Amino acid sequence: MNIVVLVKQVPDSGAERSLAGDGWSVDRSGGTNVINEMDEYAIEEALRLKDETGAQVTLLTVGPDHAVDSIRKALSMGPDAAVHVSDEAVAGSDALGTAKVIAAALGTLEYDLILSGAESTDGGVQVLPHLLAELLDIAALTGARKVTVEDGGLLVERQTEDGYEVLRASGKAIVSVWDTINTPRYPSLKGIMAAKRKPVTTLTLADLGVDAATVGRSGAATTVLSAEPRPARGAGVKVADNGDGGDQLVAYLTAEKFV
Amino acid sequence: MHFGLSEEYSQLRETVRAFAQDKVAPVIGEYYENRQFPYELIKQMGDMGLFGLPFSEEYGGMGGDYFALCLVLEELARVDSSVAITLEAAVSLGAMPIYRFGTEEQKATWLPRLCRGEALAAFGLTEPGGGSDAGATKTKAVVDGDEWVINGSKCFITNAGTDITDFVTVTAVTGTTPKGGPEISSIIVPRGTPGFTVAEEYSKVGWLASDTRELFFDDVRVPLANLVGERGRGYAQFLRILDEGRIAIAALSVGLAQGCVDESVKYSRQREAFGRPIGENQAIQFMIADMETRAHMSRLGYYDAARRMLAGEPFKRQAAIAKLYASESAVDNARAATQIHGGYGFMNETPVARMWRDSKILEIGEGTSEVQRMIIARDLGF
Repeated sequence: MNIVVLVKQVPDSGAERSLAGDGWSVDRSGGTNVINEMDEYAIEEALRLKDETGAQVTLLTVGPDHAVDSIRKALSMGPDAAVHVSDEAVAGSDALGTAKVIAAALGTLEYDLILSGAESTDGGVQVLPHLLAELLDIAALTGARKVTVEDGGLLVERQTEDGYEVLRASGKAIVSVWDTINTPRYPSLKGIMAAKRKPVTTLTLADLGVDAATVGRSGAATTVLSAEPRPARGAGVKVADNGDGGDQLVAYLTAEKFV
Repeated sequence: MHFGLSEEYSQLRETVRAFAQDKVAPVIGEYYENRQFPYELIKQMGDMGLFGLPFSEEYGGMGGDYFALCLVLEELARVDSSVAITLEAAVSLGAMPIYRFGTEEQKATWLPRLCRGEALAAFGLTEPGGGSDAGATKTKAVVDGDEWVINGSKCFITNAGTDITDFVTVTAVTGTTPKGGPEISSIIVPRGTPGFTVAEEYSKVGWLASDTRELFFDDVRVPLANLVGERGRGYAQFLRILDEGRIAIAALSVGLAQGCVDESVKYSRQREAFGRPIGENQAIQFMIADMETRAHMSRLGYYDAARRMLAGEPFKRQAAIAKLYASESAVDNARAATQIHGGYGFMNETPVARMWRDSKILEIGEGTSEVQRMIIARDLGF
């Protein structure tokens, strides 16, 4: 079995993030870029299947040159190889443009299963798996909390707000996962040292035969009309208990959808 | 010349830092309070390959080196010393004597499980009547047929009584040297050997989530093949093991010293007194600046000692200097950090309180500060 895991380098959500000079895209030039958190769960799931079935695991990323740092880190967890699509013309792509590039890159790879995080911590649009499924004409099983490989297919538990749904697919599929699915492993020293020697193939749009005009900022199908930095954190709500403190708390928590 | 870390070393350090913060920090307080051995954390550390770090892949190791181990110890001790000392003792005292001096058969038998962290081994050197003073060793081993018969006792032995302890390597007097001194050899005593008893866990001041035991040997019989290295070389062997171990203890001390800085910076920025964070007082800032200076200088000390060791250069003096300075820095930093935390610093639930309790032993274990000064002075020709 060949598994491709989609990995994205994102600005560290634990650090201070800011908008780039254009006023609407995320500043990615800072030093604090990390592997998108949810993608680590997708990598772990692929490695779990590798341990179980001996699958080959390849990472695929689209991003600037420094994305290779995150790729090396991800490789130290245990995947076999990586493909890095790096081309300045990709910058500013919307989800559809990115999906076109990834679909083209997947065309150069053997795969039975594609795994990805359910969302990225920078864009957070959650549509990429669906776009890819459409472009590649394969099944999309999104929001998984459990993946089982069956004879000739996949069994997936999809997490919903109220519980879970059981989905079955035969043939090739893309599965996106939530962080409830597993606990990602930490790389071992052996993994860290081995990662240096693992093949990372770098491809450009020309290598993939993708017309640069159909992707990037100019080729985007959607436009960001405006973006605002997150407002400073407001003052908290103080509940004065005049006998109905408990009710007030419940009302607040319900209104904020905490319960 | 530079002290920068290679990409692999940096990434290993980052990985262990994340592990310590995400997995160790949230739970270690409870293990500590209940004086429980953190089996679950040890298993995770085993899965990460930390117990096999400096050993070759042939025996299930990671193919790294001793410096990699030191970096890991520093990062663990930055959050907690109990897990750090458990790893230190398991690798540098438990597995290392077998790896360095054992027969092929001993290595093949014991090392793979030790490297995976599935089993722990201990090194029984210190006795009720003496530690660094090897001449005072009372435990005796005599040959009877094809067996060693061992009698005596050992104390303060780390990792000797856990559920996963496989064996203890014991130093014992096996005869008299030509000069008339005691001939000392090292012998493997597997767990469960009749006559080998492990006492209840000590009531310690610190390192409460680590395992420390007193051991008794009462006509304990093990095969002659359990001798580690050459007969009569036990003394030279453990001197080498202790020299290396001092670098590891220095690294562990640096971790504790740095952890005190981390906690003090965080606390002094958020704790307010007289209408402003206490960290805005120069008195506090200077305390923390001194703490950071000690941690930094201590780190350079162990980096240098480890570099010499790995380059095959003499490192005895530098290891003693690193251990002496780092352990005293750890104690100084723990005292200062506790002071900065005020009343909270005296509460067990505060991390620096744990660091304060854990710091003192660093000036004692693997050679007291006095022994380190003795070694340094001797190396200067006294």
